[in-house]
Amino acid sequence: MTGIIHYGAGNIFSIINCLDRCGERVLMISHPDRLKKVERIVLPGVGAFDRGIEYLKKTCLYQAIKDESEKGKPILGICLGLQMFFEESEEGKQNGLGLLPGFVRKFPKEIKFPVPHMGWNTVRFYRNSRISNKIPAKSSFYFAHSFYAIPQDKKIISGTTTYGIKFASVVEKNNIIGVQFHPEKSAKNGFILIQNFLKI
Amino acid sequence: MLTKRIIPCLDVKNGKVVKGIHFENLKDAGDPVIQAKYYSDEGADELVFLDISATIEKRKTIKNLVRDVASNISIPFTVGGGIGSIKDILILLENGADKVSINTCAIKNPDIIYNGAKMFGSQCIVIAIDAKRIAKKTWQVYIESGKIPTGIDVKNWAKKVEELGAGEILLTSIDADGTMNGYDIELMRCITKIVKIPVIASGGAGKLQHLYDVLTLGNASAVLLASLLHYRMLTIKDIKNFLFRKKIPVRLEKNENTCS
Repeated sequence: MTGIIHYGAGNIFSIINCLDRCGERVLMISHPDRLKKVERIVLPGVGAFDRGIEYLKKTCLYQAIKDESEKGKPILGICLGLQMFFEESEEGKQNGLGLLPGFVRKFPKEIKFPVPHMGWNTVRFYRNSRISNKIPAKSSFYFAHSFYAIPQDKKIISGTTTYGIKFASVVEKNNIIGVQFHPEKSAKNGFILIQNFLKI
Repeated sequence: MLTKRIIPCLDVKNGKVVKGIHFENLKDAGDPVIQAKYYSDEGADELVFLDISATIEKRKTIKNLVRDVASNISIPFTVGGGIGSIKDILILLENGADKVSINTCAIKNPDIIYNGAKMFGSQCIVIAIDAKRIAKKTWQVYIESGKIPTGIDVKNWAKKVEELGAGEILLTSIDADGTMNGYDIELMRCITKIVKIPVIASGGAGKLQHLYDVLTLGNASAVLLASLLHYRMLTIKDIKNFLFRKKIPVRLEKNENTCS
């Protein structure tokens, strides 16, 4: 059974639907007790950094997620979910979960492309990537974001994307997996990625 | 490389997809869920649903439609038409829409842009702007499906919605819409020059070259298409192959539906 952190704002219907299609049982999580019952956690990305972290703190999920992650429970962060794994973000004042060392920055004004980075872009998976099993090394995924993570430990980067600059679009460290794009909105490739997560 | 997006637009009225010429003269063009699946399977990059019949009583119809569509496709989709409050946005997002497109309400109550972006993130707030040329290089913003002039200059409005936190602009030329004579490239250029957020071009596509022009000369990030696709004058594959040959980045992978 997979638990989805429910913020009460935005589209988590699609991720539920995607897990459902994989035949996975889903539990909506807005309380730490429920977190203990699931084998895996999905931290979806909805809204802004501070709002997300404030919600996690208010519901005591902030510490609970950290605890479960330390115990080795697989956790998938999507979009803002990935960003919240890190220590801090230019988008807000709150501290992130700090599961991964590094910070989150906005696309620099100097890049000549529109921001938000919105649409289908190529992800180049590294050979160390487990989440991309059976997905071509260069594949398109759907992105919708203005901020990106800069991991301190480059070894955790398992996929990159270029948009004016090259950034880490996939990070994997043991049980912690983050993707900057939306697998639940990325047709076939996204579906395989979610299936891979369910096998971890 | 970020690809240029091809976005079929399904105008919905009473649960059916309709087509608009100059926002009038509506014809039936099929069932929304079947069409959504068709376009998704064909390789559409996103979908847009505009509920042109949207009134408070019909809110439930669109909610069910959104759920049905979200259960059957795995690409992003936007819903617009008659959105008047944060609660309206919440209902659509909770039922599986990824973005909402707001037009008239944003003009009447610009706070909805700021509050919506703050609550749900800029990436899901699309502001639809319908513009009509009133003089050389000057366009006025219209609301209520292009019927009512606002007296607001399109450049000022585009800048304002960006400042308030909109994530994208869906820009329609009222003059070009339904003519199939090509986009108002000047309008598109004028707006893409002054805003940093992506602009989706709409209104006037009649042939492949028009799409190429608006994506290059007009610097649009995406094109929204209705009639051309609905009446099978062109397929998404035709469009993408053409653009690919002309060296425009497009996503050629198919959305094979492994999810159903």
